Amino acid sequence: MARMKFLCDAERCIECNACVTACKNEHQVPWGINRRRVVTLNDGRPGERSISMACMHCTDAPCAAVCPVACFYTTADHVVLHDKDLCIGCGYCFYACPFGAPQYPRVGNFGGRGKMDKCTYCAGGPQQDNSHAEYLQYGSNRLAEGKLPLCAEMCSTKALLAGDGEIIATIYRERVQQRGYGSGAWGWRTAYKEVPQV
Amino acid sequence: MIALPWRPAALGLLLLVLPLAAPAQPVHPAQDGPPALTARGPDASELELQRALQGGRIEGRVTIPDRQAASLVQPAGRDWRVFHNRTLVWIGGIAILGMLAILAAFYLIRGRIRPSSGLSGRTVLRFNLLERANHWMVAASFIVLALSGLNLTFGRHLLLPVIGPEAFATLSLWGKIAHNFLAFPFTLGIVVMLLLWVRDNLPNRTDWAWVRAGGGFLGGAHPAAGRFNAGQKLVFWITILGGALVAASGYMLMFPFAVTDVAGMQLSHIVHGVLAMLMIAAMLAHIYIGSLGMEGAFSAMSNGRVDYNWAKEHHSLWLEEEVARAGEAAGAPRSAKAAGAD
Ligand code: SF4
Ligand code: SF4
Repeated sequence: MARMKFLCDAERCIECNACVTACKNEHQVPWGINRRRVVTLNDGRPGERSISMACMHCTDAPCAAVCPVACFYTTADHVVLHDKDLCIGCGYCFYACPFGAPQYPRVGNFGGRGKMDKCTYCAGGPQQDNSHAEYLQYGSNRLAEGKLPLCAEMCSTKALLAGDGEIIATIYRERVQQRGYGSGAWGWRTAYKEVPQV
Repeated sequence: MIALPWRPAALGLLLLVLPLAAPAQPVHPAQDGPPALTARGPDASELELQRALQGGRIEGRVTIPDRQAASLVQPAGRDWRVFHNRTLVWIGGIAILGMLAILAAFYLIRGRIRPSSGLSGRTVLRFNLLERANHWMVAASFIVLALSGLNLTFGRHLLLPVIGPEAFATLSLWGKIAHNFLAFPFTLGIVVMLLLWVRDNLPNRTDWAWVRAGGGFLGGAHPAAGRFNAGQKLVFWITILGGALVAASGYMLMFPFAVTDVAGMQLSHIVHGVLAMLMIAAMLAHIYIGSLGMEGAFSAMSNGRVDYNWAKEHHSLWLEEEVARAGEAAGAPRSAKAAGAD
């Protein structure tokens, strides 16, 4: 089994937000929820870099560790998913998540949090694969169809890579060797406790 | 034209100096990388390590109207995880189990405290209807708030394995809803409590004597006390100050990111969790001494009346005041009439 990861090559990301739009459209993500976003560091200054960020599907996932109802599970491909039927919308996963991945519809009392929503690595949820119920709760399940996450698949500069960690790390390493520089794999140290060796 | 012969030479030199620029050469780790890399700033893993060690976040700019999304990496989440999963569990476990152990030991050693002169059968009003209603509004909301709060810290380990994930999730969801709504009567009750009782809870010299006499808990002698003794004053101020801080931090959590960012939310949760655990432990002692631990105490909050002997032993100064006031009230018309005659 693969160990699925994301890697955003900041030297290539042009902040076009196509990944964000693709994700929104593919899963019909409601207004106000952003499973993926592009953050620009040092905007307008030397060293400006854009990084597309979503749930990184961490090793020893902090969200899963703190969830009071233990509604997270990790698939065989090491995708971190959660069960919305169990989630109580307490918001704890957001406090623990290093990347601000968990999102909450404002449907609770006093405009509080509803059930958490986050990037599923296009792998749906605990419902039957590719069922209507799964689509309504979690969006489409491309992984079950043998496809990779849409954000990475349609990235025009191929800055955003998705797939087995070994393979995308190799692609990144070759790129850095080719062009002679790279700012590293953003979030990898925090999420996976390892960085691609270049 | 003059520069032409110079350019290739400079380029060649650069290639020599910067082995990285040459294609197909292995890249060194950033630490011993050439200046060309360093000039681009620290790389991702260096920056993440630095923030993890020194605090702070890696933040940028986003085009979506959600300011929280501008934070790329917040390593502080790791500390909050340790707080939530370990520190708070230990604080709560020690505070609550420790208090239960102390109370059990106290009960075994001292038994139920009874008025040494027995009950007289005559009673005196201690708390009026407003005071009692407010007390029970605070008490009832506190109990539900405490249980639903404890569930978020301990339920996953204690209750979930027993009742299963579905039942536990349903319970926790109702707990969260109750927790959110009961925050309001609790806060209101705290404010009313402050207005009703602050006057009788200001520390004075009697309290010092009471504390030095150990409150009469171990001896058996009854130190003098006004309407509230030093122990009750302590409970009062724990409730008022602790309650105010717990309420304030709770509203921060209830209206997420309304006035703060993720660091503020984490801090609110830490303040809320620690104070709530300590308050629960303190209230266990309050509940014990107001019910099982002392005969004659509970009626003060049920029908509002306490036995005359109980009052004499535990709140001698207050009883004197009450008796004097009752005497004045009862005696006022008589003494007015008799003023000339006497
Ligand atoms: S990125 Fe956040 S939500 Fe995703 S697995 Fe890690 S901690 Fe959980
Ligand atoms: S919001 Fe839901 S998924 Fe996140 S910690 Fe709370 S119950 Fe778990």
